[in-house]
Amino acid sequence: MRHNGPFAKIFSVVFAAFMLAPLVVVIGVSFTPEGFLEFPPSAISLRWFRAILDNPDFIEAAWISLKLGVASATVSSVLAVPAALAIGRGRFAGRDALQALFLSPLTVPTVVLGIAFLRFLTVFGANGTFAGLMFCHAIIIMPFILRLVLASVTGLDRSTEQAAVSLGASDWTVFRRVTLPAILPGVIGGWVLAFITSFDELTVTVFIVSPTTTTLPVRLFSHITQTTDPLVASISTVAILFTVGLMFLVDRIYGLDRLLIGEGSR
Amino acid sequence: MKPGSRGRPWALSAPALLLFVVLLMVPLVMTFILSFHSFSFYGGIAPTFSLENYAEVLGDSYFYEIFGRTFAIALATTVICAVVGLPQAYFLSRMRPFWRSVMILVVLGPLLISVVVRTLGWAILLGNKGVINTALRDIGLITSPIRMMYTSGGIVLALVHVMVPFMILAIWAALQRQDPATEAAAESLGARPFTIFRRIVLPQAMPGVLSGSLIVFSLSASAFATPAILGGRRVKVVSTTVYDEFLNTLNWPLGAAIAILLLVSVLTIMLAWNKLVEKRFAGVFE
Amino acid sequence: MPFLELSGLTKRFGDVTAVDDFSLAVEKGEFVSLLGPSGCGKTTTLQMIAGFEQPSSGHITLNGRRLDEVPARQRGLGIVFQTYALFPHMTVEENVAFGLEMRGIGRQDRKRKVAAALDLVHLSNLSARYPRAMSGGQRQRVALARALVIEPELLLLDEPLSNLDAKLREEMQLELRRIQQEAGVTTLLVTHDQNEAMALSDRVAVMHHGRLMQEETPFHVYENPKSSFISTFLGKTNSLAATVVKTDEAGSVLACNGMELKGPAAHHLPGPVTLSLRPERIEIVEENEAVLSGTVIERIFLGDQWLFRIETPLGPLLVVRRNRGLREPEHGEAVHLAWTPEHLRVLPAEEGAA
Ligand SMILES: Nc1ncnc2c1ncn2[C@@H]1O[C@H](COP(=O)(O)OP(=O)(O)OP(=O)(O)O)[C@@H](O)[C@H]1O
Ligand SMILES: [Mg+2]
Repeated sequence: MRHNGPFAKIFSVVFAAFMLAPLVVVIGVSFTPEGFLEFPPSAISLRWFRAILDNPDFIEAAWISLKLGVASATVSSVLAVPAALAIGRGRFAGRDALQALFLSPLTVPTVVLGIAFLRFLTVFGANGTFAGLMFCHAIIIMPFILRLVLASVTGLDRSTEQAAVSLGASDWTVFRRVTLPAILPGVIGGWVLAFITSFDELTVTVFIVSPTTTTLPVRLFSHITQTTDPLVASISTVAILFTVGLMFLVDRIYGLDRLLIGEGSR
Repeated sequence: MKPGSRGRPWALSAPALLLFVVLLMVPLVMTFILSFHSFSFYGGIAPTFSLENYAEVLGDSYFYEIFGRTFAIALATTVICAVVGLPQAYFLSRMRPFWRSVMILVVLGPLLISVVVRTLGWAILLGNKGVINTALRDIGLITSPIRMMYTSGGIVLALVHVMVPFMILAIWAALQRQDPATEAAAESLGARPFTIFRRIVLPQAMPGVLSGSLIVFSLSASAFATPAILGGRRVKVVSTTVYDEFLNTLNWPLGAAIAILLLVSVLTIMLAWNKLVEKRFAGVFE
Repeated sequence: MPFLELSGLTKRFGDVTAVDDFSLAVEKGEFVSLLGPSGCGKTTTLQMIAGFEQPSSGHITLNGRRLDEVPARQRGLGIVFQTYALFPHMTVEENVAFGLEMRGIGRQDRKRKVAAALDLVHLSNLSARYPRAMSGGQRQRVALARALVIEPELLLLDEPLSNLDAKLREEMQLELRRIQQEAGVTTLLVTHDQNEAMALSDRVAVMHHGRLMQEETPFHVYENPKSSFISTFLGKTNSLAATVVKTDEAGSVLACNGMELKGPAAHHLPGPVTLSLRPERIEIVEENEAVLSGTVIERIFLGDQWLFRIETPLGPLLVVRRNRGLREPEHGEAVHLAWTPEHLRVLPAEEGAA
């Protein structure tokens, strides 16, 4: 394996700086003691982190996002696992169409999804409800779970299941004792990715929230479109740290490379 | 698992299928129907059936401008992502394992951070009193600020930041499939590093570039948060226009018509692109 | 002055010494195999000759020219990689032409040379194919044509046949030998397959733990291994721990497992040694001619020969007999064994030799 020359190294450093710049700036700004955006901060102060506590709106929104992420990722996983088992191993008529349908939320522009959900939920009087949000999110995040679980299902050695069957295990036992443990890393990886996607979702959610179900990204978005003050920066910093913490957790359980890159990485 | 259980895959997929039919297909059809309804400021939405919304969009240069800008932004973002992503993915594949892990974290980690947060970062960087302008003025390079907020260029810059990980992922996947010995083979046959990149690596990475472009283009064409925050009311794109029609003007039928046009044009472009790619690479790669 | 000379070549990766003070001389037109177990440093040696790895010390001379400072792309060597490394996006013809293109050779010449190279490997009819649409053996020959077309001074082959199934591998061995002789190119082959090394090469260089153990003609290495490692690595053998009791010009007396055996004159002073006795040199004889007797504990039919495991006072011995279509001793049967003392090889004692 050949290694990189100086041009490649400089390129990579510049690129890394580009990728990190907005995050560094947000984190930096959040530590300012001043009442306006200032980078680098003239001094380090936790003023704007304390200010979060005085804004129950944001804390409430974070709670809703958290609950919504957990609920929708769980619902979506429960639906995606059997579907992935069917798609990943069966050769049946309609298989490709089914897979395309479950992956379609990735191709349909999110604004279109947003207004479609809005229209549907309004007609049936469920707009702004937590349940409505949860099922809509479950649809949007389904492709992420499905892809990871599918990867583990196709990587699964079918003969282990056949061995279990030959030893007298029932279908349910085979699933619980052999199949599920084998695909579990994929399911957990998919769940986390789905949770993060739901937690960060804006474009669809902005159409279907009500004042009582406003999520953190929506609250941040409407705040930013009116004014950018250090408060949004400090809240964003907390969100970044939360995500980074989650990333470390995933890295332990599933491997971050694998989650982000898929099965290709070795 | 039992031989002969024909309906099994469908039984397993049934719950997910039910959700998708009820909460995805039905709403999309309802939106399609909505786009043919009419709207008046006092009467609200009337369940008529006419093409007036489409006529309004297709007959107004204002909307052409918005669609044109949207696709121009998406195209520019795609091209920049490809030009930057290709070498970066290649360099990534040649890094030592430790630095590669670090770089993967740096390149792909931002994918997991909210687009709102990342765009906020760009807003802080690009503003007239933002970090970049302040820094440039402090070192005396400029006297009056360069306008970057509320411009298409600013949106493209931030969109590249959001989208380039997808491009790198796609190219990386293609590079992983490549046998590293092909580069050594070319070198032993007398090729210089740049020739190796151009003649051996690039063609093998091309399927990745093309599939990455597809993802980046469609995501950029329908991006919302970034143009909404960095473009505001001044630099409107299709998705922010739809948002305004729905949540400010409340002209849902018109908004639905615009959205349907966006959906159709994005899908058409994607299908055409796929066809092109398939034709070009038939037989060469699996 | 030899055509290719490796002297004192050493390669360290951190604290792993992959290649250790390796010296080898190859004459022009010769076919030499580097043979050794997995991980013994064969590929690393080849990579240093090719210029893909920098030696930690030692140097390489080719045709009187030091290669140390020459970058890989200017060495002009033909290399066939283990994975073939064909360019998947180029047709067979384009693959073969690539090296000529890099040398700035004109279109007409290029066409002619590519055609000749494809002819040499019998692939003229497949020149427009992409590598994906070819069998393993065909790809292998494309790789060979691509390496040969640039008329390299030296051809390097890294386990070129290891991805092929057994039958194809034998066919390709003959092909490879034919092509090498027709092209008359000096060749260095890396392999861990002893049969391949013996079938193909003029000389075999046996490697172990990064060191050169022995380099001679295949016949010579097989008949006169310098160590018990080589005797077990090249072909099957019975290794026995023994002691030299006495030795003179007429022969030696060896004590082995409580028996006294006659052996050839040994250079080793009285002391511990390892005996190597090839299974095909042991004969099954009548009781009165026997050196010792034993019982068949296992017998395996291999088609052209029989393989026996026989329990004897020396321990279990492997015996190979040609299949003559006659009845052979069966499991549990008592047999009598003999061999000529000259066929015993007395080697330095080595731990690890059973
Ligand atoms: N880049 C490297 N870094 C560290 N150690 C290496 C490297 N390349 C090879 N080695 C080590 O050097 C030794 C020799 O490796 P080499 O690839 O030359 O073996 P080989 O004889 O070709 O084996 P095989 O028959 O399995 O291909 C091995 O122990 C290997 O682990
Ligand atoms: Mg090797």
